Amino acid sequence: MDAISLIVRSIFVDNMIFAYFLGMCSFLAVSKNVKTALGLGIAVTFVLMLTLPINYLLENYVLKAGALAWLGEEYATVDLSVFSLLIFIAVIASFVQLVEMVIERFSPALYASLGIFLPLIAVNCAILGGSLFMQQREFANIGLATAYSFGSGIGWLLAIVGMAAIREKLEYSHVPKPLKGLGITFIITALMAIGFMSFSGINI
Amino acid sequence: MALSSKTKAVLLGPLNKNNPIIVQVLGICSALAVTSKLEPSLVMAISVTIVVAFANVIISLLRKTIPNRIRIIVQLVVAAALVTIVSEVLKAYAYDVNKQLSVFVGLIVTNCILMGRLEAFALGNGPWPSFLDGIGNGLGYGWILVVVGFFRELLGSGSLMGHKVIPQALYDAGYEDNGLMMLAPMAILLVACIIWIHRAKNKELQEETN
Repeated sequence: MDAISLIVRSIFVDNMIFAYFLGMCSFLAVSKNVKTALGLGIAVTFVLMLTLPINYLLENYVLKAGALAWLGEEYATVDLSVFSLLIFIAVIASFVQLVEMVIERFSPALYASLGIFLPLIAVNCAILGGSLFMQQREFANIGLATAYSFGSGIGWLLAIVGMAAIREKLEYSHVPKPLKGLGITFIITALMAIGFMSFSGINI
Repeated sequence: MALSSKTKAVLLGPLNKNNPIIVQVLGICSALAVTSKLEPSLVMAISVTIVVAFANVIISLLRKTIPNRIRIIVQLVVAAALVTIVSEVLKAYAYDVNKQLSVFVGLIVTNCILMGRLEAFALGNGPWPSFLDGIGNGLGYGWILVVVGFFRELLGSGSLMGHKVIPQALYDAGYEDNGLMMLAPMAILLVACIIWIHRAKNKELQEETN
């Protein structure tokens, strides 16, 4: 039950894009048509769901103050949390590289449709943001952390696909010249974000 | 010190025609989330400038020794090390601001400005131009943040840097703070307004399609 409520919350209330603006760069750059947006969304969800549980384990069994207690008494006082940022980003970057190579080797078709986005994902703030929020919220177990990563990924996917759909329709509208392209995209994002705020306060 | 025209272009370009946020669309993530008050915006701007400048220098020094295939990991590790230093310094000397910035200091690592400059500039240029490029881009990013932070704090809570600037008489006359300004979406709207004004002035930046 906790997990479901967490998923719903992270999709709608704590939406990565509309509540925290994480992953905005690729959100703005790759939301020109629905198909590519969907591809990137799936890739982000995938990487988020792989890296967040790994980082959760690292955080709780290596990095946190006292996390090394399982090694023996004398390690119980070690606090490695200074390195968390370095470790998280190293995990994410190497994982993205790994996933890229595996997909390239075993599924060239998927690689062709997804491949170009994979390097982008290493620097997608939503991925690192997910890990950092995980650290901040101190989830009770790895199941909740995975649920959170799933919800955030789906929330991100939902946002970018919605945005792409609106932008496709926007082709036909008359926008003031200086606002064309980037400007109007920003305004739409803001309006969507205001719309998503109506979800805040939902408790399941 | 007289600057040659090339150095000038490297340093000042990002402030206007090549601005990382409103022209190159990099680093939006953090720009929007930290600007509800002026003070965190300033701190964020300074932190980003420092990190980008020094990461640029380090990568530029290493550029001939990094194997191409793993360069993103190397860049991220260098950036993460610098950001860790900045975040520890902030924790020590500006704890309250650090609390307000929450995860966004850590997220400087994945700030697209950083990666974008490392990829596009530092890998192909010497340390000194790279340093200037980093400073220029940091400042270009910074001024947008400060402008947005200024308006959001002024209109949203009637204060600047935490000091009240709207006189009490105005409140007595019926003026009220615009709470909407404190909400995250308004940051995007403000940036959109900046883009609008900027592109109205610089016609060559206007896009043809939506």
